[in-house]
Formats: sequence, structure tokens, C-alpha cells
Amino acid sequence: MNKIVASIRIALRALRVNRMRSALTMLGIIIGVAAVIAMVGVGAGATARIQQQIQSIGSNLIIVMPGSISSNGVRLGSGAVASLSEDDAKAIAAECPSVALAAPTVRGGVQVVYGNNNWATNAQGVTPDYMTIRDYTMLSGQFFTAQDVDAAAKTAVLGETVAENLFGDSDPTGQVVIIKNVPFTVAGVLTPKGQSPTGQDQDDVILLPISTAMQKVLGANKANAQAVGSLMVQAISPQAMDQAITEMEALLRERHRILPGLDDDFTIRNLTEVFQAQETSAQVMSILLGAIASVSLIVGGIGIMNIMLVSVTERTREIGLRQAVGAKTRDILLQFLVEAVTLSLLGGIIGIAVGLTASLLISHFAQWSTAVSPLSIVLAFLFSALVGVFFGYYPARKAAYMDPIEALRYE
Amino acid sequence: MAAVIEIKDLVKDYRLGEMPVHVLKGISFGVERGDFVSIMGPSGSGKSTLMNILGCLDKPTSGTYTLDGISVGNLNRDQLAEIRNNKIGFVFQQFNLLARTSAEENVELPLMYTDTPARQRRERAMKALLAVGLAGREEHQPSQLSGGQQQRVAIARSLVNDPSIILADEPTGALDSRTSIEIMAIFQQLNRQKGITMIVVTHDPDVATYSNRSIHFKDGRLQLDERLATPREARKDLEQLPAEQPEEIAP
Repeated sequence: MNKIVASIRIALRALRVNRMRSALTMLGIIIGVAAVIAMVGVGAGATARIQQQIQSIGSNLIIVMPGSISSNGVRLGSGAVASLSEDDAKAIAAECPSVALAAPTVRGGVQVVYGNNNWATNAQGVTPDYMTIRDYTMLSGQFFTAQDVDAAAKTAVLGETVAENLFGDSDPTGQVVIIKNVPFTVAGVLTPKGQSPTGQDQDDVILLPISTAMQKVLGANKANAQAVGSLMVQAISPQAMDQAITEMEALLRERHRILPGLDDDFTIRNLTEVFQAQETSAQVMSILLGAIASVSLIVGGIGIMNIMLVSVTERTREIGLRQAVGAKTRDILLQFLVEAVTLSLLGGIIGIAVGLTASLLISHFAQWSTAVSPLSIVLAFLFSALVGVFFGYYPARKAAYMDPIEALRYE
Repeated sequence: MAAVIEIKDLVKDYRLGEMPVHVLKGISFGVERGDFVSIMGPSGSGKSTLMNILGCLDKPTSGTYTLDGISVGNLNRDQLAEIRNNKIGFVFQQFNLLARTSAEENVELPLMYTDTPARQRRERAMKALLAVGLAGREEHQPSQLSGGQQQRVAIARSLVNDPSIILADEPTGALDSRTSIEIMAIFQQLNRQKGITMIVVTHDPDVATYSNRSIHFKDGRLQLDERLATPREARKDLEQLPAEQPEEIAP
């Protein structure tokens, strides 16, 4: 410990003597570390944004949609048949152990009127479970209840975009809007969620009790009065997603009496998985940027090695003297390693500061979200120390194994 | 008196290309503790090589070298470094002080490679500086000191680890004659008051006259080994010199 402190003092003095040279050598590491911090920050910012969007669609979310069927050899597209029902939703919720909640939904385009304002939006008939599944919270008012659904109450919950377009700044709760000549009392307004991962405005929506929506607004399916558009299902945990899908598949095949070997008449999509692919690509991007930036760190390391070799040669006599008065191999090795690591660590610390500033500037001026994690700072710090050790080792070893007689005689 | 250095049949060969060069051709002698020996000889006589071996910087090709009871011949690099650290003080012709480093820190240098705590290192360095008459100059850097003062810092450095022997390689080679005598006065004083064994390599016969024993080398062999009955007194010589900016010599 004593010796390391002494070595650090010697190193700092040696670096002070050649101020300009030390600064230029450090510049390589500064640029490398700053680039890594800024690039990884940009990458992590993109990843964080996608994660936020994934969370906005709801956690552990699985969507069951009516599937394709073959009709006389012609295969129809997804959603072509009205194969799912409210009872399917209830059965899934009741019988699949990996499923927490299941909510049937219907949807359709409507024109909503309030006073002399009107707005075209997407109406969704849902149950109160939908609010939990999609992680909705209320900005004002209350969500409608199961009793409202049973009674087909004429009550509606507005997305923020709809509320704004119809009511401006005033609170819509308790007001009456008209959809297809049916008056609905506004029960509340949803907290805005912003864009979905696919870029849709998730707040441009009006939620109605599913019963009311089917009976009064959207109209029931002519072939199957029970049919719903899709089922929103929440698994009990992220790990249970696959299990939940397997259970639902088995249950729905049984309920729909599909013989083994025939296609499903429904499609189950794990939405989270779809968007996780995007997240992965963003992460790959950030690793790639980091890797490119690391190259400059290695170049900086070579700069350190170069200057350390010069320094060892310049100080040959000093090394000889230290050996003569009793410095052992590892004492000299330590001294020059500490000097190299001091260079690279100082460069690393300055680089971290520059990198943080750069990523702040990027997010400020380029409107590009960046997120510099403490981990990446710690890693950059350790990595620059590692660069010092790695590139300092060869010059230090060269110094440590000098012949003291030759070294003392060196001019 | 017990022998601090014992050398028997010391041979050192160098290989220059294919031709082996015999630098030391079988040398035997001993040095008793507390002696003041000068080693003289023309360049190429092998005195530098002998000096390197005595200083544990080099190993003999054959023969034995015992320093303070330790056979040095088959020690490795780091063991030799430890011997140099514990038992030998070096004084060089070119002083070899660390630039931009205070006198006190220069003197401390050998102790940096021991486990001596910082406070004790400083105390011992100050004591060594006092012994060579440089008290009050401990914060000066080599560039702020005269040649003689720099050499005295170097002597303080060689003293600081309480060595068994001090090896001085042409210690007056870069100094004028008055300063040379000053340096020899310090050597004599250290030798007599502290009983430190001194070995001085020089080609200046005047310098050799201050020692108790003079060994002459020629062509890798011992040519002459004489004991001086009455070595000259450096301090007296200094007093007889015309007084020019007299430099304080420690009592």
C-alpha cells in the first residue's frame, strides 16, 4: 500500500513534468471513453423508449384474435370469422391457471358528438378487467363497473385525445356525449399513454361497456350474436406467458371442437414478444455503437503504450539508479504500471465527464433520448484502468528487466 | 578485524561476438570491516567490472564473492537487489540524482524499497543530510545545488540504509580539485567516525592517497596491494588551501 501511494506520487510528478505530452496521450483515452459513454447512452435511450412503449400496451399481454379458416379450400385471413365469444373469455379466466385476467373486446369507428363539437374515433366495448390488463389509470372520474356492463349502462370513458377535441380544457366527467344518437354519460378520462410501439395514438379512444357497445353502438355480429372482436388476456407473470398460451390453445380447441390435425380458428399473439424483438434490435444497435467506440479506446491505449516506451527510454538512468539502490523487478514494474494506469484513469475520468456532457447535449439539441447508466460509467472507468494495465505492461516489463549496469551507463 | 568482503579466484568473461574476453583473470583479496580501500588501474584493467561485481550489479563467471557472510554468487535478480538495498551504498561519478526531486527525497530513495514508514524515512534522510553537512538544503532540487553539494546528497543517499560498505565509482571525476578533497574529507570522516567500510575506484593517484590501502589493477589481475602507513588527511589539506568561499563541513 505504502509502495503504491509512493508510486502514484512518482507517476503524478512524471506526468506533470511532461504536461503537454501527458495531455495529448490522455486525449486518446478521453475521446475513446467519451465516445463509448455517449454512444451507449444513445443506444440505451432508444432501448428505454421502446421499453416504455411496451409497458404502455399493458404488462404480460396476450391477444387472442379470431383466426383463419378454410372455406372450400380458400383460406381466409385472420379475423375473418367471428369465432370468439364472451364465454371464451370467461372460460379462459376461470380455467387457465397461468392466466390472471381475460377481457373480451369489440371495436369499431364512431362519430362522437358533444354540443356543437364532434370527433371521429375508435370505440371499444370492454369490461372493467380491460383497465387492469392494459394498465390504464384514470386522469379524472371513475372507470365503469361490472354492474354497468351487466346493465348495459350508457356510460363512457374517454381517451385524452377525444376529451381534448370535444371538451377542450374543461372536465368532461358527468357530461353527456352522443354516439349514434345514443346519449352516454362520461364516467371519466383515462391517463394518457402516448404512442404505441407501432406509432398509434393510444389516447384516441372511447371505452364503452361491451354489452352497450354490442347492443346500441357497433351492432352484434349477424352470424353469431355472442361473437367479440378479440380477447385481451393477462398472464400471471412474464415467465408464465408461454404456459398461458399453451393452456389457452388447448382450452379454445376443446371449446371450439377442433379435431386434432385441423387448424386453429383463432390466433394467439404474444404482443410483448413482438416488441421485445424491437428492443433486442435496439440493444444490438447500442452494443454495436459501443463496440465501434471501443476501437478508439484501443487506439488511445496504443498511444499510452507508445508514450510509456518513450518515457522508459528517457528514464533509463533513473531506472538503473533505482535498481542499484535496491528496487526489485516488481517495484519498477509497479512504478511504470501505476504511471500508465494513472494516465488512462485520468483520461477515463475526463472522458466520462465529456461523454456525459455530450449525451446531455445530444438529448437536448437532437431531441434524442439518451440514458447513461451508472453501470456504463463504472464499466468505462474499469475499462480505462484495464487499458492502462494492458498497454502499460509491456513498457513496464521492459523497464523492470533492464540490466542495471547498462541502464546506469545509458547516455 | 573480520573481513566484510572476501573474494576468491574471481573470473569474469564477456562474450564479444565469438571471442570470449577475459576481463578478470582470477582475483583474490579480502577487505576488513572499517577499512578504506582505493582501487586504481588504467581503463580496461577490469576495475569497473570488479566494482560491478562488488556492488552486486553483476555476477562473476566463476570464483566466489562473500559479502558480510553472504555468498553472492548464486543469488537471483531480486535477491541481489535486496543485498544492494541492505548492505551497499553507491556513489557515482555523475551523482545520479533524480531531477526535479528534492535532496531529502533523493536521499530517501533506498528506503522507498524497504518497509520503513514515511516519518522514519524522513528522519533518517535528514540525519544523513546532516552527516554530509547539507542540513538546511533538504528542499533544494539538484539543479539548485553545486556539483559538490550534489555529490554530498548522493553520499547521504548511500548512507541512509546503514550499509556494510560504500562503493564509490570515480566519485571526484566530475569535480574540481578543491571539491574533490572536500568529498574525500567526508569519506574519511564517515570511515573513521562511523566505521563504514569505504571502497573508492579512481584513476586519480591523489585521491588514492587519502585511503588506508591501495589496490592496483592491470590487465584483469591484481598488480599491487599496498597498505598506506600514513594516509593524507583531507581536512588538513583543505585548511592549507587558499580560502575560497569555504563550504561548511559537518563536525
